[in-house]
Amino acid sequence: MLYLYDGALNVSKILKDWYDEEANSNYGAYIPFVGTVRSEDGISGLSFDIYEPILERWFEAWQEKARAKGAIIKMAHSRGDVMLHESSYIAAVFSPKRRVALEFIDEFVEDFKASAPIWKYDLKDGQRIYASDRSTAIKGSGILGVKK
Amino acid sequence: MVRVEFLGPIQKESLEIEITNLEQLADILQQDKEIAEWLENSAVAVNDMLVNSLDVALKDGDKVSLLPPVCGG
Repeated sequence: MLYLYDGALNVSKILKDWYDEEANSNYGAYIPFVGTVRSEDGISGLSFDIYEPILERWFEAWQEKARAKGAIIKMAHSRGDVMLHESSYIAAVFSPKRRVALEFIDEFVEDFKASAPIWKYDLKDGQRIYASDRSTAIKGSGILGVKK
Repeated sequence: MVRVEFLGPIQKESLEIEITNLEQLADILQQDKEIAEWLENSAVAVNDMLVNSLDVALKDGDKVSLLPPVCGG
């Protein structure tokens, strides 16, 4: 359950829709994480590129891990521009008991930051600038750069 | 022909090249000044599966993608 949107997320609608979808699924816990664009360094917003084929595979692998524990994950992310105080990311775990969901949301969001094929740009002074200093090389990177 | 795609912030058009393995691609890209700086921190996918070794054979119609450092959320 991976949802990609052009522009900012409609947070209250998405959280409500997810709640309604699982209201009768007998999950005891629903733990969402919402990522919101903050004002810092003079940016007017953020912008995102997504490579969907690998994102979908990465997400499915996590969904399998969640299912093995009786849980499910839902995730929404923005493509393109998201302005200050708007939200670009929502992840949520539903599980029978709270402990699984609390641990899963932590592991999932951390791996999302390190592995999901999404690129972030600062919108500043009319430019779209790659956020290289906040970006993380995916595990296994660099093989093409090794000199013989 | 193998298609090579540069994702996210790498400002480079896709290439169509005659290669049969990733070793050959490494040799070609290391000569390319535009792309050389990205090689050390980019991940590599073949047909949308990440790989962690150059010991991968390529055939006609394969797609290789370079994924620079990421930051979702």
